[in-house]
Amino acid sequence: MTPQLAMAQALNAALSDAMREDDRVLVYGEDVGPLGGVFRVTDGLAAAFGPQRCFDAPLAEAGIAGTAVGMAMYGLRPVIEMQFDAFAYPAFEQVVSHIAKLRNRTRGELTLPLVIRIPYGGGIGAVEHHSDASEAYYVHTPGLHVVAPATAQDAYSLLRAAIASDDPVVFLEPKRLYRHKGEVARERPAEPLGRAAVRRPGTSATLIAYGPAVPVALAAAEAAADTEGWDLEVVDLRTLVPFDDETVTASVRRTGRAVVVHEAAGFAGFGAEIAARVSQRCFHHLEAPVLRVTGLDLPYPPPLLEQHHLPDVPRVLEAVAALQWPETGSTS
Amino acid sequence: MSVTSRPGPAPPGTHEMLPGAEPVRLLDAAGRWVGTGTPPDAGLRRELYRRMVLGRQFDRQATALGKQGALAVYPSSYGQEACQIGATMALRETDWLFPTYRDSVALVARGIDPFEVLTLMRGSWHCGYSVRRHRTAPQCTPLATQCPHAVGLAHAARLAGDDLVSLSFIGDGGTSEGDFHEACNFAAVHRVPTVFLVQNNQYAISVPLAAQTAAPTLAHKAIGYGMRAALVDGNDALAVYTTVTEAVERARAGGGPTLIEALTYRMNPHTSADDPTRYRSAEEVAVWSGRDPLDRLAAHLRAEGLLDDATAAAYTAEAEALAAGLRDRMRQPPALDPLELFDHVYAAPTPQLREQAAELAARLGRHAS
Ligand SMILES: Cc1ncc(C[n+]2csc(CCOP(=O)(O)OP(=O)(O)O)c2C)c(N)n1
Ligand SMILES: [Mg+2]
Repeated sequence: MTPQLAMAQALNAALSDAMREDDRVLVYGEDVGPLGGVFRVTDGLAAAFGPQRCFDAPLAEAGIAGTAVGMAMYGLRPVIEMQFDAFAYPAFEQVVSHIAKLRNRTRGELTLPLVIRIPYGGGIGAVEHHSDASEAYYVHTPGLHVVAPATAQDAYSLLRAAIASDDPVVFLEPKRLYRHKGEVARERPAEPLGRAAVRRPGTSATLIAYGPAVPVALAAAEAAADTEGWDLEVVDLRTLVPFDDETVTASVRRTGRAVVVHEAAGFAGFGAEIAARVSQRCFHHLEAPVLRVTGLDLPYPPPLLEQHHLPDVPRVLEAVAALQWPETGSTS
Repeated sequence: MSVTSRPGPAPPGTHEMLPGAEPVRLLDAAGRWVGTGTPPDAGLRRELYRRMVLGRQFDRQATALGKQGALAVYPSSYGQEACQIGATMALRETDWLFPTYRDSVALVARGIDPFEVLTLMRGSWHCGYSVRRHRTAPQCTPLATQCPHAVGLAHAARLAGDDLVSLSFIGDGGTSEGDFHEACNFAAVHRVPTVFLVQNNQYAISVPLAAQTAAPTLAHKAIGYGMRAALVDGNDALAVYTTVTEAVERARAGGGPTLIEALTYRMNPHTSADDPTRYRSAEEVAVWSGRDPLDRLAAHLRAEGLLDDATAAAYTAEAEALAAGLRDRMRQPPALDPLELFDHVYAAPTPQLREQAAELAARLGRHAS
């Protein structure tokens, strides 16, 4: 029987399996050693693999990211943790100016097999700077792979793939899914980066989501089937870069309608890229413009107001209703 | 408007950029005065103690509210009252304070309404008090990022000819961040009237100081910038008050910045979400319980005849009233207007924000203003 693991445990399993299989893999960051990480993703690794392979760095994200560059240059495969999305910003210069560019600057001579794990997004009732959806900064930086799992199995498989990748990967872990359980098969062959998954097949319209928005899209699809008679397909991107045009395009060509759902602010968000790509590739199949359901264009709200910011089932259904259905269908 | 060639006290000598071999301590463990000069004014010492009693009770109440789920989170100041209150009282009203998430008790000592202090932790807004009225920046969470702000503000005040000093609090862990280094360096090069107060409570969440620095003390970092250093017993309120006062007044007189390290201990978990049994021993905590800053100052005041049972009871009653008032106000549902989210992003909302506000208003069954 395949064991049920919470997403945080699945990530822990991925780190521990990768460290066991390859002694070039090492894990460091803030509070990832004896404490096991503030979300317990690195629980037990320091004890199992010793302080050389899993340790707490001095508290400085730029230093953590910058030393990972040097370690990767010397043949290690570092997996570094940023404690929260908004606390990754001090590392931004290293990420943008070096981690993303070193392969290109050296005409492929230097590769950077490193992973930057970032607990990502909101919905956990936290005070400011603990809930940012910061993917747009990373996807806009050529040279970085960007991954955002939505299930425990993907958390395991995609983290294994990220660690195996010879290019740097920004790995966005949806905080509010850390405790969500799912079956995790550890023996499965590593999943390649860059493949989206159809989580729910459907015919009426396609919901495109990633990370924490996937469960919202699935719940909206269930609600739509129950109350509105729409049969919605849900595509989970899983990897933002590289982007799986093929799966997304095939789905929207079939359904003729699409809504993108993400937590980050809509303005110049990743949804804008998705909508543009879908519009170009599916223009003659589309019955309505591609719509987006996103966070508001604001600094992340204080926790008691965050529910107004985060996409939820009613907002997704409202967008679906606005997809120019024929008169006889359900319209709003 | 030359800032570098302004007249004023001479730059520090090398010995002044190094901390003393022992931390500055004016009260011994039993509260006896062991300083060389005369103690601060009696009224001041009593007031320090009074604010520490209020601060401790505020912290207890906030910790309880955190456990009950009435706050999103609460990082406790328990055990750090001498640092936070001693330093705050060394400032004039016109000086500026740059606190972190850890420093709620300093804000209460600064005279900010405790209920407004807890706005951030309650989660109804990011800052609940008037920054300008209290000359106190919003509590800062991204570590060390408040330090350059404090430096810039004091530098600007200096350029304007204003007679003020800024003080930034920072934790031991925060000193590892690049922003701390950059702030110190700017301050020292431009002889900015600012004070950095490091509350070394021995841990950055789970990470002990030994994993943070190989320097003999954090105060030793000062010499690398050419700045004055001080190391002080952070559980001795009189030592903190006196050391910070000296640094603040020297800065005001044009003598440049000071880096002060106050040695203390975080008695409670990092926040309500932390489990300290994973990284520190009960024995270690017990040692520091025996060094309580309130007990030490109380013993001193009693021995000097500055505190009697009646006064102590009055302080306790005042503290209980503060906590009860806070509890009552926290029981009321918070004043929340989702549409306010759109009001402060820019001076005037963008057309897109206006649209989003109208959509939210419609969802809420309201009209956007
Ligand atoms: C830039 C940044 N990185 C990480 C964090 C997460 N974090 C919050 S508090 C903390 C430990 C800080 O320790 P210290 O500076 O000693 O202050 P203390 O909490 O002990 O008062 C960490 C790592 C943060 N707030 N900001
Ligand atoms: Mg600390």
